Amino acid sequence: MRSKVIEILAGLFMIIGFLALLFLAFKVSGLTRLEQGATYRVTADFEDIGSLKVRAPVQVSGVTVGRVTDIDLDPDTFRARVTMQIDSQYNDLPVDTSASIFTQGILGSNYVALTPGFESEHLRAGSHIETTHSALILENLIGQLLFSLKSDKNKPAGSAAHQQPAPNPA
Amino acid sequence: MNAIQRLGRIGIDFCGHLGVSGLFLCRAVFCRPKLRQAWPLFSYQLYKIGILSLIIILLSALFIGMVVALQGYNTLRKFGAEQELGQLVALSVVRELGPVVAALLFAGRAGSALTAELGLMRATQQIGGMEMMAVDPMWRIVAPRLWAGFIALPILAILFNVVAIMGGHFVGVDWLGVDDGAFWSNMQEAVGFREDIVNGIIKSVVFGFITTWVAVYQGFYSEPNAAGISKATTRTVVFSSLLVLALDFVLTSLMMGGW
Repeated sequence: MRSKVIEILAGLFMIIGFLALLFLAFKVSGLTRLEQGATYRVTADFEDIGSLKVRAPVQVSGVTVGRVTDIDLDPDTFRARVTMQIDSQYNDLPVDTSASIFTQGILGSNYVALTPGFESEHLRAGSHIETTHSALILENLIGQLLFSLKSDKNKPAGSAAHQQPAPNPA
Repeated sequence: MNAIQRLGRIGIDFCGHLGVSGLFLCRAVFCRPKLRQAWPLFSYQLYKIGILSLIIILLSALFIGMVVALQGYNTLRKFGAEQELGQLVALSVVRELGPVVAALLFAGRAGSALTAELGLMRATQQIGGMEMMAVDPMWRIVAPRLWAGFIALPILAILFNVVAIMGGHFVGVDWLGVDDGAFWSNMQEAVGFREDIVNGIIKSVVFGFITTWVAVYQGFYSEPNAAGISKATTRTVVFSSLLVLALDFVLTSLMMGGW
């Protein structure tokens, strides 16, 4: 009788362990959203991808429609080729959709934003996105800002002297 | 000269122990199974090793989750990032604290008990008696304990993870007032099933293997007297704790180092 109780307890122990694993999978890691349905592959070439990473989200109007699956360098043009898998639920993106790389927040990670165009033809598996906008690199922006401030100062006195005080560098 | 000789003897002894314990492990794990009789033996060991360790493991998990949440909250608040508390608690527990602390507690609670039990069996010549009756002690005594340890520790570590996260949720959301939805959604955003949870479980499988192996080997080959048993029990706890911490570093750098 005692051994039967112990066997039942041992079985329950294993079942509880399995249930806890399910809890970890669904509640903690949110596995349901990684549930891979059918996807199709789209590529795009960028001048500069900043710090875009594989597995970064691909979004249309802020809604995640896919993931970046591969990044490598085109050996001929030396542009970055980004491969994305888009959920085939979203198979009606126009063929002249453009792709840009944005940053989540000011210091967040990069993601790809697709802006739909107006053509009636749709992107298909293996399509290539022609219009792309590179990542905005903070250092480049600051460099351009400093450069334009400097060139403002070098202008003739008449135009520069009466402008508002120099912008607060903060 | 004497020092060199002593060093050499330590080296030879070490290799000898390693070889004996490896053979011991193979003999115990690959012994011929008798399925009908194996399950009661195994389930009794699983009860003793796993279920009786539940209370200490779950209580420590609760407190560890609570203290991680409390510490994390006070630091994250400086950066205005309290919302990320769920991510902090879940990642630190699932990746490191769960497998390691569960393994250390397991080595102290179950490993030392295994060693003492087997050592006493050796000292009172029960093992020799079994061999006399043509019952293979490997199969009858050692194998069920090894398998129970291999299976119990991963389950205990998973339960540890769950309870620690619930403890963190209790402190973070119910007490300190982090938003409930942000707690879970930031956690789900940051924790990956394959790269965090499965890797944590792989760690705990390795730790279960190591701690049980050390405990059973030390007990089975302990000197058959009271001092020998106490020495073997001490060695079990020391060796398995050190091995767990060292292997944790190796496994982390292999699986999560991002090489």
